[in-house]
Amino acid sequence: MSIDSMFVHKMWDDHELAKMVDGGVPFPMLSDAGGKVGKLFGVFNEGAGVENRGRFIIDPDGVIQGYEVLTPPVGRNVQETLRQVQAFQLVRKTKGAEATPSGWRPGKLTLKPGPDLVGNVWKEWKTSMAFD
Amino acid sequence: MAEELPVGCARPTGGPVGEPVEEIAKEATKLKKEEGQMIHVGEKAPDFVAPGYQKGKFISVKLSDYLGKWVLLCFYPGDFTFV
Repeated sequence: MSIDSMFVHKMWDDHELAKMVDGGVPFPMLSDAGGKVGKLFGVFNEGAGVENRGRFIIDPDGVIQGYEVLTPPVGRNVQETLRQVQAFQLVRKTKGAEATPSGWRPGKLTLKPGPDLVGNVWKEWKTSMAFD
Repeated sequence: MAEELPVGCARPTGGPVGEPVEEIAKEATKLKKEEGQMIHVGEKAPDFVAPGYQKGKFISVKLSDYLGKWVLLCFYPGDFTFV
């Protein structure tokens, strides 16, 4: 979503994005003329009159599980966003029985929160596991 | 899910859904400093409708139509920049 019109979105997709992604961008490119939606989400940059790089993970109940907002010059880490979505999906699937410690990615150890884990995280989770 | 829009010369716009728009606009200017605090993790995302473009079609998207699915909502400064 940006302040550009849907017509500009089409031009960008047709003339540049289709050269990077086969068939163009598959998902909706939304238009937020005037930044009304951006203001609602607290990402509208009043000074520049554009949206900051806001990214929101919204679960199937419509609840925001996480967000990240960067100023325009720095791009995002898509891999980290996917990791967070996968982690939130796992937590939801297990109804909170499993939690994903620092550095988790699919296949790595999860923790089962509960009285037995208190004071015992060190036995299961090593600091090296925070890094890839 | 996304409703197709008829193409005209006017530039369609979207906005918040479900609450009086003026109220929100007033609130937003009044509480400019607190804008960032309007969003909290663990709370419902504000609903909105927005016009858009997807795979050759002009569409209208409402966030609440995606209930039951995971949604990744990304804002960016402008087309022809990186994401």
